[in-house]
Amino acid sequence: MTKAGSGSTDAVSGPLWVNAEITYKCPLHCVFCYNPLDYTSTYDSELSTDEWVKALREARALGAVQLGISGGEPLVRKDAEVIVAEATKMGYYVNLITSGVGLTEERIAAFKEGGLAQIQLSFQDSTKELNDFLSSTRTFELKLKVARLIKQYDYPMVLNVVLHRLNIDHIEQILEMAEAMEADHVELANSQYYSWAMKNREYLMPSREQIQNARVVTERFRERLGNKMKLYFVMPDYYADRPKACMKGWGSLFLNIAPDGLALPCHEARMLPGLEFPNVRDHDVAWIWNESSAFNAYRGDSWMQEPCRSCDEKDKDFGGCRCQAFMLTGDATNADPVCSKSPHHSLITEQVELAQQSRTSAEEVRPLLFYRDDKTSRTLTME
Amino acid sequence: MSLPLDKALALEKQYRFQWEPAQKRHVLLYPEGLIQLTESAGEILKRIDGNASAEDIVESLEQAFPGADLKQDVIDFLEVAHDKGWIRVN
Repeated sequence: MTKAGSGSTDAVSGPLWVNAEITYKCPLHCVFCYNPLDYTSTYDSELSTDEWVKALREARALGAVQLGISGGEPLVRKDAEVIVAEATKMGYYVNLITSGVGLTEERIAAFKEGGLAQIQLSFQDSTKELNDFLSSTRTFELKLKVARLIKQYDYPMVLNVVLHRLNIDHIEQILEMAEAMEADHVELANSQYYSWAMKNREYLMPSREQIQNARVVTERFRERLGNKMKLYFVMPDYYADRPKACMKGWGSLFLNIAPDGLALPCHEARMLPGLEFPNVRDHDVAWIWNESSAFNAYRGDSWMQEPCRSCDEKDKDFGGCRCQAFMLTGDATNADPVCSKSPHHSLITEQVELAQQSRTSAEEVRPLLFYRDDKTSRTLTME
Repeated sequence: MSLPLDKALALEKQYRFQWEPAQKRHVLLYPEGLIQLTESAGEILKRIDGNASAEDIVESLEQAFPGADLKQDVIDFLEVAHDKGWIRVN
């Protein structure tokens, strides 16, 4: 996030970026959702408006300045406008990350009034029955309506589209839709395999050929539209041979606060064993960030094992993602297996090879997918 | 691209300039990002108010920092800021 620009790159002590997941409730059932599988367990313990305001004020005092209001679908909470307005008053630059479902003119006017700086609209598979959102007229009309509202209230149109094996071949239609909506920025981000997407990994991972085709189409739109619609294409990390610099390092810039108040160094960290994540209800954010053992667990590089420990790239990628290392190797202190230097790298390449095989059609896959819904979440929680 | 020196300058719509007490410096905020500014960059951007031109900004800085020959540095910085899309000509 920090760009060198004309400024200095001195490290600052506090978080700069807060992601407030104000609720995990969501009207959608996306198969690539990165919310925890047991997200329903937070339903009875969501932070109140005042608790959100208190936590955000404490993070702001540490220097946090970018704030994402996300979820679940943040618009499910009727106090989203209040939280945005309070945070803006504190000096945050606030970004609402929404599917657009529930964004009425009344609400967008209230957000504008409260100083909301940006709205990021996501595209997704909206229902079980109409998994392919491109065939869903209702979704298309909703998106166009929301897009008009966003423009009318003088916000840039920032679209986020999660790509995966089942929709990536529709990239042309997706980009045509984005163009019709007069999008200013479009992020085409391949699904990352955590939580629900991990459950569905074998059905979601695109083949090399699919990715290549999508990039060609994206390049064509880029050449034609230039700065009118800026396109960002994010590759799946399984196709890389060096890991992503996840969160720019553990407890370095990013603070995620879950609906139940759990403070996490990333969206996924709740899954990691042996760490006791502090709650903003019980602790000041300054203590959480500076003192708590969870936020110090993977700071710096003293926790690293080989091949990371002696690697000359360890300051660049911090050994990749702790959650991915844990999920795939069973030990969060291992190198992220995306790295070709990892002794576990074959766990990645085997999946990639599997993704090259032609498989069953989307229609046949649909009943096999895990859809993010409350019933499935409760079932998975019991397992 | 060379910047007209006598035209009013303004921050681009999505950019917000503010002082950050915790970081003890000015920053420029925009969607998904943050630019941490040096002291001199902060002094220049502080003077962009939608009315002042590059010439006005140089004059104001030369009053605030007498004796310094700032003109070319200020213009260079403003051109970079314009190229990066932080500021626009009003």
